Amino acid sequence: MAYQLVGYAVFLPLAGFLFNGLLGRALKSEKLVGWIGSATVGAGFVIACMIFFQMLGSPPGERSHIVAVFPWITAGSLSVGFSYQVDQLSVLMMLIVTGVGFLIHVYSIGYMHGDRGFWRFFTYMNLFIFAMLNLVMADNFLLLFLGWEGVGLCSYLLIGFWYEKKFEKGTTADAAKKAFIVNRVGDFGFLIGMFLIFETFGSLSFQSVFAQASMLPTGSSVIFWVTLALFFGATGKSAQIPLFVWLPDAMAGPTPVSALIHAATMVTAGVYMVARCSILFVLAPATMEIVAIVGAVTALFAASIGLVQNDIKKVLAYSTISQLGYMFLGLGVGAFAAGVFHVLTHAFFKALLFLASGAVIHALHEEQDIRKMGGLREHLPVTYRTFLIGAIAIAGIPPLAGFFSKDEILWRAFSSGHWALWLVGFAGAGLTAFYMFRLVSLTFDGERRWRADAHPHEASATMTVPLIILAMLSVIGGFVGIPASLGGGNSIEHWLEPVFERANDKLTLLPHSVEPAEYILMGLSVAIALGGIMLARSWYLRRKEIPERIEAQKPAWYMVLLNKYYVDEIYDAAIVTPTIKGSEVLLWKIIDVRVIDWLVNAVAKALAAVSRAARLVQTGVAQNYVFVFLLGVVAVLGWLIAK
Amino acid sequence: MTISLHSYLGLSAILFAIGVAGVLTRRNVIVVFMCIELMLNSVNLTLIAYSAFLGEITGQVLVFFVMAVAAAEAAVGLAIVIALFRNRQTVNIDEINILKW
Amino acid sequence: MSVEATLFFVVGAFAIALAVLMVVQRNPVMSAIYLIGNFFCLALLYLSLRAQLLAVLQIVVYTGAIMVLVVFVIMLLNLGDEKRLTEQLDTKKIVGLVLVFGFLLEVLFIVGGSETEPMHAALHPDAATIGTVESMGTALFGKFLLPFELTSLLLLAAIVGAVVLAKRRVNTEP
Repeated sequence: MAYQLVGYAVFLPLAGFLFNGLLGRALKSEKLVGWIGSATVGAGFVIACMIFFQMLGSPPGERSHIVAVFPWITAGSLSVGFSYQVDQLSVLMMLIVTGVGFLIHVYSIGYMHGDRGFWRFFTYMNLFIFAMLNLVMADNFLLLFLGWEGVGLCSYLLIGFWYEKKFEKGTTADAAKKAFIVNRVGDFGFLIGMFLIFETFGSLSFQSVFAQASMLPTGSSVIFWVTLALFFGATGKSAQIPLFVWLPDAMAGPTPVSALIHAATMVTAGVYMVARCSILFVLAPATMEIVAIVGAVTALFAASIGLVQNDIKKVLAYSTISQLGYMFLGLGVGAFAAGVFHVLTHAFFKALLFLASGAVIHALHEEQDIRKMGGLREHLPVTYRTFLIGAIAIAGIPPLAGFFSKDEILWRAFSSGHWALWLVGFAGAGLTAFYMFRLVSLTFDGERRWRADAHPHEASATMTVPLIILAMLSVIGGFVGIPASLGGGNSIEHWLEPVFERANDKLTLLPHSVEPAEYILMGLSVAIALGGIMLARSWYLRRKEIPERIEAQKPAWYMVLLNKYYVDEIYDAAIVTPTIKGSEVLLWKIIDVRVIDWLVNAVAKALAAVSRAARLVQTGVAQNYVFVFLLGVVAVLGWLIAK
Repeated sequence: MTISLHSYLGLSAILFAIGVAGVLTRRNVIVVFMCIELMLNSVNLTLIAYSAFLGEITGQVLVFFVMAVAAAEAAVGLAIVIALFRNRQTVNIDEINILKW
Repeated sequence: MSVEATLFFVVGAFAIALAVLMVVQRNPVMSAIYLIGNFFCLALLYLSLRAQLLAVLQIVVYTGAIMVLVVFVIMLLNLGDEKRLTEQLDTKKIVGLVLVFGFLLEVLFIVGGSETEPMHAALHPDAATIGTVESMGTALFGKFLLPFELTSLLLLAAIVGAVVLAKRRVNTEP
């Protein structure tokens, strides 16, 4: 039974981590290190496919199994182990993680060629895959949290991979620290949620918790706090307001890292977690509203910042934050399957976009400013075409993947009565199309603005083949979710139905009939996307004076967007600096030095004083000792007599 | 009155107490040493008394060993006193307080 | 009273008196003499308990060897008299004497207060045979052989120790 192989799929990357970690430095062959690193992930993908096909062959009710690999903690009433829930949702995530992960590993063999820390890179990447697989396959909160923390750690290690390299105001190590610390704040929320869950349900295993939860009435305050705390953790990991500030800085890491971790997998962990806990969220309608609102606002907010950024990776970073907002919007209005569908399609085209941008950066010798690009169309044909496909996909033009998933989310938002949120999402879609094609135009079209001595040429096969594969997936990936209104069976929704069964029962869902409104909305989405594309091409190809004038005049709105709404500065002034100053003055100088040190010294002084007094007993005269001896004897005898 | 075991024990106790008084009171090291010998002898008396009244040989064997040990102790103790006297020119116990704090 | 009883009281009184004299005597040589007298009384008491060998050993070893050594050392060191007891009394000594008195009372209370069991009333019939050289010898070389041998080691150690400790420092470096 293929299910039993899931343990191998998870632990093979760990073996790869150990192999490359211990022996990688000594092995001089990049090929060996790189291909072993990729093979472990590839093997995981093969196993995932096997499980998937086995699942297809079984009836829908019997597709979920729990595979226990080994026990971990058994203490009192808490019993968690390394056991994996192999069901439709986790297999889907596993396919994404290992599939896209494998492609990115292969790409990295070419991208990281010649790097001094080549072996270290693959070591960390394999560790990441291990942690991520634990996260998505876990059957209990604690193992999920292990994976959650593990991917955070690997994110830190990989963002700061070139640890001496300068990045903005500090080094990449500072960016890595920022990512880790902001994540930690979110993790605190996750932990509170876990504690509350254990307190309320007496268990951390999904099966037990969700079964008990479905008996509860809607709207209980405990569940509200649990889901709010869990969602707070999700905002940290998935870069939503208010904890999104680490993701743009995370672009300090190598591009494959941005593609894998900060586009396709780690940042979707929050989405996965909320989807997995769908029953809990459904029981707290207030939290669902919060999720939807945060998602929609973040989507628009991040898209607006992406409009004016000049670093190719920064634009993609804000795009990621924005698209994640869409996923949460979908989850928040009860369209869990739609949110997960968008995770799938986003993984394809965002990874593609990042990898293609990596090829561009490599070709121009580490140039990332799009103002210094342009006219690369002829020099990098494959990169250009795949990038273009990715851009069309993310803009939401049918029949590419992004259209189906994004549209499903917007339709569900509208039809569940959240018109305002639909409008926000709709506006965001327009902005998305605009900034993506601004990027395309400035990077590939027009005149060349790059250095004369750079000779950009197409990358090697290890880099271009993954691009092509991802491009193809971006084209056909949406077909698993063709809605009924367009004649499709919406396979992905049906596939995931048993997972969200309990949640869907609680929601008062509108009937699945096909309404004319859906077509109207579809049309509007395509229209605004096309509008955004055309405006971008007009401004950046033909009438370049318009954006140039804006950049020169620097109107207020432009400066606000360029400086990311000054969020980093606000956080720094309001939270970071007070914390550091407070620690220095209060915690260090007063408590640490005066209180604790004083206490320790006082103990020593007291001891010295006592011993100074006690040693006077030793007079050195033997008779005194006899005297004391006699005293004792008399006392004991007296006591014995008295008894 | 008959001489029972208790008579001997009582006599022994008195001699022992005299010995302790001597140890506490005297200042000459050698006299203190002799008082210790007195204490040892009172214990010997006790042991032999028990041996005689209970019919066991063990008590007397023990006294034999006590005597041997006392002899050894006397030899070594007096050697120490001589060495001490050479260094300090005194056998006054109050002045031999090298082990003072 | 029987002869035994009379003998016991007289010898016992002598022993106590000599002990007290020894303790209060200021001259160390006289203290030694009194102690020797005390040992003689004890030897007589041992005889009354039918412990023949030990009585003789008491005289030979204790008085003949140990006390001779003590007197020898006293004379070697040429010690003078001590001060009168009343001149050197201080709080500690008074408290000490009180404690000793209390100790004595306690022990006498314990000893005197217990019942006189039949076996403690008179000498054991075998007492005479026990105290002979023969039975002591049999015991020492039979049941108590190991302690006997170890005692010889102890004496060896004492001899070596005494020689080393009392040796005059030789001023040549090794």
